[in-house]
Amino acid sequence: MPTLTYRDALNHALREEMARDPDVFLMGEEVGVYQGAYKVSRGLLDEFGPMRVVDTPITELGFAGVGIGAAMVGLRPVIEFMTWNFALLAIDQLVNNAAKMRYMSNGQVGVPAVFRGPGGAALQLAAQHSQAFESFYAHVPGLKVVMPATPADAKGLLKSAIRDDNPVVFIEGEMLYNLKGEVPEGEHVVPLGKADVKRAGRDVTIVCHSKTVAVALKAADELADDGVEAEVLDLRTIRPLDTEAVLASVARTHRCVVAEEGWPFAGVGAQVVDTIQREAFDELDAPVLRVTGADVPMPYNKQLEKAAKVDPAKVIAAVHSVLYRD
Amino acid sequence: MATRVVMEALSPTMEEGRLVEWKKQEGEAVAVGDVLAEVETDKAVMELVARAAGTLLKQVVPAGATVPVSEPVALIGEPGEAVDNGKPTPAQKQQGTQPAPGPPPAPAAEAERAAASAPAAAAPTPEGRVKASPLARRIAAERGIDLGALAGSGPEGRVVLRDLEQAPAAAPTHAGGPPAPHPILRTPEGAAFTDVPLNQLRKTIARRLVQSIGPIPTFYLTTEVDMERAWDAREALKTLGDGPKVSFNDIILKAVAAALRQHPACNAWWQDDHIRYWHEVHVSMAVAIEDGLITPVIRNTDLKSLREIAAESLDLAERARERRLKPEEYTGGTFSVSNLGMLDIDEFTAVINPPEAGILAVGRIVEKPVVHEGQLTVRRRLRLTMSCDHRVIDGATGARFLKTLKAMLENPLAMVW
Repeated sequence: MPTLTYRDALNHALREEMARDPDVFLMGEEVGVYQGAYKVSRGLLDEFGPMRVVDTPITELGFAGVGIGAAMVGLRPVIEFMTWNFALLAIDQLVNNAAKMRYMSNGQVGVPAVFRGPGGAALQLAAQHSQAFESFYAHVPGLKVVMPATPADAKGLLKSAIRDDNPVVFIEGEMLYNLKGEVPEGEHVVPLGKADVKRAGRDVTIVCHSKTVAVALKAADELADDGVEAEVLDLRTIRPLDTEAVLASVARTHRCVVAEEGWPFAGVGAQVVDTIQREAFDELDAPVLRVTGADVPMPYNKQLEKAAKVDPAKVIAAVHSVLYRD
Repeated sequence: MATRVVMEALSPTMEEGRLVEWKKQEGEAVAVGDVLAEVETDKAVMELVARAAGTLLKQVVPAGATVPVSEPVALIGEPGEAVDNGKPTPAQKQQGTQPAPGPPPAPAAEAERAAASAPAAAAPTPEGRVKASPLARRIAAERGIDLGALAGSGPEGRVVLRDLEQAPAAAPTHAGGPPAPHPILRTPEGAAFTDVPLNQLRKTIARRLVQSIGPIPTFYLTTEVDMERAWDAREALKTLGDGPKVSFNDIILKAVAAALRQHPACNAWWQDDHIRYWHEVHVSMAVAIEDGLITPVIRNTDLKSLREIAAESLDLAERARERRLKPEEYTGGTFSVSNLGMLDIDEFTAVINPPEAGILAVGRIVEKPVVHEGQLTVRRRLRLTMSCDHRVIDGATGARFLKTLKAMLENPLAMVW
């Protein structure tokens, strides 16, 4: 199995899906001639031509709407946002058109579009460019929200997202593009709505997604040295949430920590905790704890930024707490 | 200032009472504890006693009147004192049943104690709250571990899983089920019952069955019992001389109690969010009275001799018919027996007396041809039908209880074994 970066795994998924289905096309800022701000679309313009790899002006609301219109008449657009921070300008199109068209047309008009791009904080991009918006989109009925954490999942989930007949918000990790991992060649499809146990353990479940998966795995490594076996459960899809996998894991471990990059209030973890306390109450030996980004605009200052982000030490502290080891 | 006498809650469910007869007339002297009137509650005729001393100044309501609980019925005070109609001022109303200032506080305290003790007979006050994680609570219930006896190692003494892992399983138990029977002792700790939270399966069973047949999803189990040996036993008891006459119903009460001791899963109350498995056996017996029925309770039925049961059932039935039972005598049962055999009913189904989970309907003993030990012969036979609350008792659970009961009646010595 070849080892690929996360960025190339996405590139392979796009290339394979565009080759498989002539209705699939890519549109966004700098996706063609410049080959993508993060080089996810490298080589696609040469291979598929300017009708299927379309450079746009800097008009997020406009080209998101063009993509939705194309999807309504039968194409399968992949709309790239340079980052999800910029996509705030297009959120009206996603929430009011993409998410609602099937419902408001009584099922006559679907929107089989994928909106993709990097989300979350990178390094010192400051408050306006370091935001994790998955809970915004997951809040909206009609949108699916997918967040791969590994190269293999990036490829498999993007292929599923493109083939899905409903709008999918596909949030990549800006800091994950260079992550390397084994990726199956050819037809590798990961179903939406299925979480994945990235590491099995019996003492505590760490529920995570996207960038916090690597954080949780690192925490689990350190905890193992301390005799604690943590199970790392990667949600992979935020909505629909794989509650079955969450509950099954908590039933095994009886303790849970939910880690996410975003802000704490009404975050993805709040939804996970809600499910656990309701459906697995009698399995719990301790309150479920959350580890989140600090409840502040992301600081530009390097040390403050570090302090505001989720890291293995914070996850480990939470695990100790739910194990009553503090 | 005069003291108001109000209609007291003389039974746990009483909302109003009918003043049957005045026992003190206006102008008569009254001491604390004197019977002022007889009051008919929803269950029985009870005495309304004075909580203050003085003179009965006024009967606010006439005999025969029905008065809501806490409303005034009379005034007690000094002779010649001016009286109103006894209706409370807003300030008085807030004081509830307490007398106005003047009389010593003791009667009020006594009244409060009486009011508090009546419902307590049916539902003992819960212990102090024990902090435990949901998981610890669930496992403790499954293993019969008393959480209160453990020292919790979590925050603020919360009992968590690891505290249970070091605790011995207190009593032998069925996995996930009710506590195991204690054939002789009630419980090691003396607790009257064990509350077992509902697991998901039990919750689902309860929800679906209630949807299907009503608030108490009842099913019925019938068995036929050979009563020849019970008949002989009763005849033999008759020759023992003095003492109460033992009826077949008494024998059945004794057998039911002994069988419940072996099948605690049937000696239980449905409590909506948990099931209460009683460690004590209190069998209720349905008694027909003039305009209804009532179920006096023979407390600790399993610990009493047939002779005691016979004497007590006779006394309870008599006083039930006279409507002279005290509330604590007809509440708190853990299982019921209803007998229509004396009215020539062959078999019937009885209606469960909630929160109890089971009731046994007893038909008449009838001579009929049966095959006994390979021979067609005439034997005395009895048909018993048990109504079970399916939320608490499953089919096989009820059937096992009935099997034991049948074995005891067919070999009465088994009751004392």
